[in-house]
Amino acid sequence: MNVVVLVKQVPDTEALIQVAEDGKSINTDGIKWIMNPYDELAVEEALQIKEAHGGSVTVLSMGLKNSEKILRTALAMGADKALLVDDPLAFASDSLATAKILSAALKEIPFDLIIAGQRGVDEDNYQVGAAVAEYLGIPQISLVVKEEISDGKIRCHRTVEGAVEIIEASLPALITTQRGLNEPRYATLPGIMKAKKKPLETRNLADIGVEPASVGMDNRRVKIVSLTLPPQREAAVMIQGETPTELGAGLVKILHEEIKIV
Amino acid sequence: MTQSVLVITEQQNKVFRKVSFEVVSEGRRIADSLNGELVALVIGADVESIAKDLGQYGADKILVADDSALYDYTTDAFTDISAAAAAQTDPALIIIGASSQGKDLAARLAARLDAGLAMDCLAIKDTDEKLIFTRPLYGGKIMAQVEIEGTPQIAAVRPNVLSTTKTAGSGIVEKIDINFEKSRTSVVEKLIEEGDKIELTEADVIVSGGHGTNGDFEAIEELASVLNGAVGASRFAVDEGWRSHNDQVGQTGKIVSPSLYIACGISGAIQHVAGMSTSKTIVAINKDPEAPIFQKADIGIVGDLFEVIPKITEEIKKL
Repeated sequence: MNVVVLVKQVPDTEALIQVAEDGKSINTDGIKWIMNPYDELAVEEALQIKEAHGGSVTVLSMGLKNSEKILRTALAMGADKALLVDDPLAFASDSLATAKILSAALKEIPFDLIIAGQRGVDEDNYQVGAAVAEYLGIPQISLVVKEEISDGKIRCHRTVEGAVEIIEASLPALITTQRGLNEPRYATLPGIMKAKKKPLETRNLADIGVEPASVGMDNRRVKIVSLTLPPQREAAVMIQGETPTELGAGLVKILHEEIKIV
Repeated sequence: MTQSVLVITEQQNKVFRKVSFEVVSEGRRIADSLNGELVALVIGADVESIAKDLGQYGADKILVADDSALYDYTTDAFTDISAAAAAQTDPALIIIGASSQGKDLAARLAARLDAGLAMDCLAIKDTDEKLIFTRPLYGGKIMAQVEIEGTPQIAAVRPNVLSTTKTAGSGIVEKIDINFEKSRTSVVEKLIEEGDKIELTEADVIVSGGHGTNGDFEAIEELASVLNGAVGASRFAVDEGWRSHNDQVGQTGKIVSPSLYIACGISGAIQHVAGMSTSKTIVAINKDPEAPIFQKADIGIVGDLFEVIPKITEEIKKL
């Protein structure tokens, strides 16, 4: 079973995000970059599949040189090899262009299964996994919390509003992760040492046969006009009272009489 | 330029999800400003009888793809049909509700049509020249105003945010010839959650608990119950195993927009606030007066949640 995991680096979820001076991008000064949390679930699941079925785990990312860090992390967790598409012309590609680039890079990697995070917790597009599946002509199952592979088929538990669907597809297929799938392992010291010797290769757009004119900042279908901070709330009204009963009654009075929600 | 708007609705067991009425209402508003036709698409098994209901929200034409094989959502079949409906109507804009199903469909459809997609929008504004879509990034820490190049433009809109408006539309129901490949995925079984639990992303009221609960959610459950709301949890509470992953609100969990969000014993970590900051009214209950959550709330109570929450429940019952 050859599994490819799509990973990307994102700002730490504890980071305060601020708008840069251009008003269209974020200020990256001092931001700590981490592996997208949903991609960590994807790496862990791929490793568990390899442990159960044999095969290999390859991690694939598109990003600048500093993305090597998260690929090394994945290798230290136990992935076998890593591929990074690093090309300044691909910088700031939108979801469709990113998916085109990743699909092109996947032509040189044999796979039975692709696992991607359900979304990057940066731009929250929920799009790259589905678009990669479309470009490769394979089925997708999103928001997976459990999977089982047997006889060339994958059976997944997928979370939807108020229910879990059990969905089956023939391999090759692409699945995306949902919280609850697993608890990602930490890289161990021997893992980190071993990772230094594992193959981490890079490609540019020409290597994978992608026309720069179809990707990158200038070719975004979805263009950011401006970024703003969410509207700030006015200072909270603090309920005054000596006893829990007074506090509770004070809140309910406002909710009932002023906001009229209860 | 084509001016019609296509909205793709969602139903289950012949009942429309609320977001379907939201997308039709929004579609009507945009179609009016484009001076165009509003076409709604209904996909399912035996759904022709419910399709006409969309006329009340302003649909001019309602396309129905009806087949027993369409009882369950599958990415392949629903994408094929949506792409065919888009080819038939040649819309300027396609609107889809950003539910679990809608996000899955919107993403695949955008790739199929090679069209730009604004995911999980909170608003669509029609300026003279362009449509501007507002969507949260970083779980809501930042709002982006985006525009889309090319046609069609696709917007997946967050459930529970846009209002529904009843407007008479001609509501002509038209069954369409459906030509879809057999889906490569099949739904083997659907495990419905027990009880009449309200889904977080659709709830009008959410009562959430965090570190301060020490794992005891009984008072929170009771308050949620009298408010006919859902129970949410912080990442800490989920990581501790107190609540299931399904209940997590935050940047790495569910992103919610209820009318009322009550945060109990939640300190207000950035990643949690990101997931609920678009709630209409936020109430914070915490015994630490310095907790950052109070800076994100509209109403605050400094107090012990185990003492205060039962009193709130009691007062609400009196109403």
